Amino acid sequence: MPRIGVFVCWCGSNIAGTVDIARVVEAAKDMPHVVYVEDNKYTCSEPGQASLRASVDEHQLDRVVVAACSPRMHEPTFRKTLETAGLNNYLLEVANLREHCSWVHSDKDDGTEKAIDLVRMAVAKVAYHEPLYSLSFPVTKRAVVIGGGIAGIQAALDIADAGHEVVLVEKTPTLGGRMAQLDKTFPTMDCSACILTPKMVDAAQHPNITLMAYSEVERLDGYVGNFKVTVRQKARSVDITKCTGCGICFEKCPSKVPSEFDLGLAHRKAIYVPFPQAVPNKATIDREHCLYYTRGRCRVCERVCEAGAIVFDQEDELVEIEAGAVVVATGYKQFDHSVYGEYGYGKIPDVITGLEFERLVNASGPTEGKIKRPSDGKIPETVVFIKCVGSRDESKGVGYCSRTCCMYTAKHALQAREKLPGSRVLVYYMDVRTAGKGYEEFYKRTTEEYGATYVRGRVSRVYQKGDKLVVLGADTLLARPTVVEADLVVLAMGMAANEGAGDLARLLGISYDQHNFLTEAHPKLRPVETNTAGIFLAGSCQGPKDIPDTVAQASGSAAKVAALLSRESLQTEAQIAQVNSELCSGCLWCETTCPYKAISAKTITERVHGKEVTRTVAEVNPSLCHGCGACLPACRDGAMNLLGFTHQQILAEVEAVWR
Amino acid sequence: MKTYSYYPGCSLEGTAKEYEISLRAVAPLLGFRLEEMHDWSCCGSTPAHATSHRLAVALAARNLNLAAAHDKGPDGLAVPCAACYSRLKIAVADLARDAKLRADTEEAMGEAWRGGAVHIMALPEILARDVGPEAIERATVEPLNGIKVANYYGCLLVRPPEMTGFDDPEDPQTLDEIVRATGAEAVDWSHKVDCCGGSLSLSRTSVVSKLVADIIDAAQIAGADCIVTACPMCHANVDTRQPLAAKILGRRLEMPVLYITQLLGLALGVPARQLGFRSHLTPVTSLLKKLQDRTRGRASGEGGS
Repeated sequence: MPRIGVFVCWCGSNIAGTVDIARVVEAAKDMPHVVYVEDNKYTCSEPGQASLRASVDEHQLDRVVVAACSPRMHEPTFRKTLETAGLNNYLLEVANLREHCSWVHSDKDDGTEKAIDLVRMAVAKVAYHEPLYSLSFPVTKRAVVIGGGIAGIQAALDIADAGHEVVLVEKTPTLGGRMAQLDKTFPTMDCSACILTPKMVDAAQHPNITLMAYSEVERLDGYVGNFKVTVRQKARSVDITKCTGCGICFEKCPSKVPSEFDLGLAHRKAIYVPFPQAVPNKATIDREHCLYYTRGRCRVCERVCEAGAIVFDQEDELVEIEAGAVVVATGYKQFDHSVYGEYGYGKIPDVITGLEFERLVNASGPTEGKIKRPSDGKIPETVVFIKCVGSRDESKGVGYCSRTCCMYTAKHALQAREKLPGSRVLVYYMDVRTAGKGYEEFYKRTTEEYGATYVRGRVSRVYQKGDKLVVLGADTLLARPTVVEADLVVLAMGMAANEGAGDLARLLGISYDQHNFLTEAHPKLRPVETNTAGIFLAGSCQGPKDIPDTVAQASGSAAKVAALLSRESLQTEAQIAQVNSELCSGCLWCETTCPYKAISAKTITERVHGKEVTRTVAEVNPSLCHGCGACLPACRDGAMNLLGFTHQQILAEVEAVWR
Repeated sequence: MKTYSYYPGCSLEGTAKEYEISLRAVAPLLGFRLEEMHDWSCCGSTPAHATSHRLAVALAARNLNLAAAHDKGPDGLAVPCAACYSRLKIAVADLARDAKLRADTEEAMGEAWRGGAVHIMALPEILARDVGPEAIERATVEPLNGIKVANYYGCLLVRPPEMTGFDDPEDPQTLDEIVRATGAEAVDWSHKVDCCGGSLSLSRTSVVSKLVADIIDAAQIAGADCIVTACPMCHANVDTRQPLAAKILGRRLEMPVLYITQLLGLALGVPARQLGFRSHLTPVTSLLKKLQDRTRGRASGEGGS
């Protein structure tokens, strides 16, 4: 007969506020096989766990129900507690009285009733629990980092420095990402390129890093420690082993294309290197705009290339990489301005975004660092900055703060005042958020030392009136509407999830939020992990972040990866699928259903009525099975079972709740 | 043929009579029918909502109950007046989210609230979505090529967006689509969703004069020959306050202000005298003359070749 102990947790007032703990304890005492019940303020605390351990010993418990928070939160904690108490980890069942009960109910009577039901189900289930054991499997000591911006570069360098191989996959022809487009970085005003490009070079030259630029991840198979990443190396139409980056091809190429790097404020050629410090410094042909690909003639680049590096018939290549861990560092894009019709971006040429301002003010940018109006090249006298465009604006569907705009706008305002003597610089703001080391001091410098004027209020409209841009807004401190005639308007665009972030997340099997930002496993305690073991996050793909935070998170991810790759082996899941070959008819529906390729056919020989019979049955590979349970409904014979969630255990729960 | 329940609202029987006349003239040419609701009353408008929320909601609710019971307009409730449209839409939203208000309203009406599912449609929505630019283009017999139109939506037609929802609240396009279908040019201008001052026209005229001056100035900067609207209040203010606006701008003003249905009438070949232009305070002669000159020019051009 099982001897079950029930441990009911208050979780402070989280559970006890809505659930009458005393009633739950009393009810649990009468449940079948329950020999001991206690309640604790915090069962997960050290005294709580100690009490659990002591009770197992004192009351000779062989199965335990913890009625507390979600098993996603503390099941691993309590499994360890059971282990130290001398019980198998899996002789535990967690009844979720918090997320599934107290947090979603307000009526204490109803909440208590439901809590008792949940405990009764857990007790009924745990009575059928059996000890489960894991196997171990080896770890592939290589990481794949997706995204070659500052986050990916930092993560790759740190993992490589820890002595592990890294494949760094970048979608565009060069490393660098957004940071390469920036002029200066707040609050120290270091030149962005000056601090970034050495890291780009380090990454490319590191003996442990293989750089795959102009490549995209197309498939991910396997599991933690044993991923198979399929990467598409896109055809550059250039043999990078021959290309010297001399630049003669793009000097001679006749097709002009708006430059992505300069956000369309300048042109590049159809064969190009995105910017002078690009890594790798190799040319790429943009087939959409190349005359040879579009009209079948030209081939000027081929004629002028002394290295003979142009390969017009180059094709995409699929490369399969084995890796133990994956870091996703795919970055962000600027918020889509099209919902802000009132600011006229796209219609009024002198309304620009913050990122465009970065290019305008950059010494190697299209204007060589002179702040000029895109429309007529005039030097602006009045510049208006509008903050929170695509941030903290529920009416446009974005509730979140983009975190970087307050600081980059302070930087822009400072630069405008510095580079445009005598100019008037106005910043429309809702709040000024400067939570970072040295940030508030920087903002103070912008206003007090450099004389930018901050106006608290939003702008309702920007329109062209002759040569000027009329900016209608409000000064909410003076409680009056404002009208400013400006020469240049800069929108501090918020940060949004990158194009295709949701698709990537589905491809990798990780979760993402309603804004397509990738979701960390826990917002506080597991900020760089995803819910899929072995896949980690770095940088703004997880949410808006500035450079210091991005680099810190990237190093954090790298530390996690290094710890994982330093292990020789990992444990398999113990809660995996199991075939009862006596019932299995060998239809193998389960094989096609399994997303992890963990099921295969096996031939068995058995004696039936004295005769030897050979037949096919399904077999589960325990190191591949994740215990997802997809094979169970596929099994028409009821031969498949999930250890830890057997038919018997689930039915016991169902019976208990309808009792 | 699409048939709508029709709620004219008081303006269309008074200050905006020409809106009603021109609407009645173009509807059959565009292939839709309007079945006027029996026993409709005022929506409450500003006098109600500025003094009693309960009254404002109850008056709108009463009319929506009638619309729900009206079985002759299966394709929705056509509301030409932007202010009525706004009041009806807001009443539906308020009643859906406030149970106490709903009980109050039912008590005031003496009957249960049944109007929540009425498909309330502003006239531009019907013209641009149900009729559609293609049908308007096909029905156009006098294309308005060469005419530049500043489409003036005002505040109520497209805002608040969570209640109106048929067009972009900051850069709306429905009137522009309709106007373009007639061959006219819809100019891109700065004041398409600005406020005209509404009912302050009588109590604080100086506010309205300033706003009207800004609106007309902006339309002129954009090169417009006329302003087109779908709101009786906007029309009244921008049409009647031009002499005061002229003083502010320091120049003579004669900017024709047309209802969208009047402009459509011209394109669909309805004679100008049947479109109610006589009740405008600012003459539309400059526009009609431009159209005439253009037609004559075309005719003589053809004669010469």
